[in-house]
Amino acid sequence: MSSNAHTPPTGGDHHGHDSHGHGGHEAAHGTFKSYMTGFVLSVILTVIPFWLVMAKVIDSPVTAAGIVMALGAVQIVVHMVYFLHMNTKSEGGWNALALTFTIVIVVIALSGSLWVMHNLNVNMAPMSPDMMRNMP
Amino acid sequence: MTAMHAEPTANGETPAFYLKEEHHPEESTMLGFWIYIMSDCLIFAVLFATYAVLGRSYAAGPSPADLFELPTVAINTTMLLLSSITYGFAMLTMEKNNTKATLLWLGITALFGAAFVGLELNEFYHLILDGAGPQRSAFLSAFFTLVGTHGLHVTCGIIWIITLMVQVGKHGLIHENKRRLMCLSMFWHFLDVVWIGVFSFVYLMGVLG
Repeated sequence: MSSNAHTPPTGGDHHGHDSHGHGGHEAAHGTFKSYMTGFVLSVILTVIPFWLVMAKVIDSPVTAAGIVMALGAVQIVVHMVYFLHMNTKSEGGWNALALTFTIVIVVIALSGSLWVMHNLNVNMAPMSPDMMRNMP
Repeated sequence: MTAMHAEPTANGETPAFYLKEEHHPEESTMLGFWIYIMSDCLIFAVLFATYAVLGRSYAAGPSPADLFELPTVAINTTMLLLSSITYGFAMLTMEKNNTKATLLWLGITALFGAAFVGLELNEFYHLILDGAGPQRSAFLSAFFTLVGTHGLHVTCGIIWIITLMVQVGKHGLIHENKRRLMCLSMFWHFLDVVWIGVFSFVYLMGVLG
């Protein structure tokens, strides 16, 4: 605070703000290296699940589906970090807070829908073949 | 900070300076756009939930394993991934204030995006021709809604890229254009993130059965 006391108001402040803004931009854009890191990781994380499914590497569909979803989740994190430049400090933490809130809502919406609809299916009265035939 | 070096005026009052705060609206644009992206994320979450619930209701119609052609999906994914990295290059050249290179990378990004949309429309066209349109079963309704909404977003992104290419060509890489390009960067990379969910959850898991 007091270090600024004797600098001219416009020059000193302007410079201070510019360098601050520039620093923010650097953080928001990433570098060639970080983009390439993200790209190479994404390619690897895309090729593996496609190869697993197309070459039928794993016999059990449940295991294969689990691996595919796990790799997808990892790739989403890679994109968030290297392409969207997410970290806990961007925008003073508000970005991360909004993201956390969204993830909570998404998890509630997805798991809630699946849970409720599964429950409905399980508890529905069984249909006779005649009812099935006359379904709308 | 600024108030410290203020000299008291003649009548003894200390004038207050709020010069620092004037730059903040620029920062809040990025935060506001991020909030928009998050709300868009909720739209896709709802569509994913719908697909998760209805994805196995075939109504005696075709199943994902009958319909989806993974090589096409792989090419589609490649297009979108390449467009992501070329947009990254556009941002890097924008940092260096290189207008021509930025325009070139934006153009390449738009072409990859157009290739993606073209392949997807072609896929939709063949599905509908084969009688597997959105009205065939709950699974296909959910599929067309989810993938179609994503394709619509990519189409809007391409229109936005072209608009900004015109803007940058006309006014150069001024501060406002840089801010717009940064917003579009978020939007474009976000669409790639959604596509990861689509190809993993809809296509790959659909073919696994």
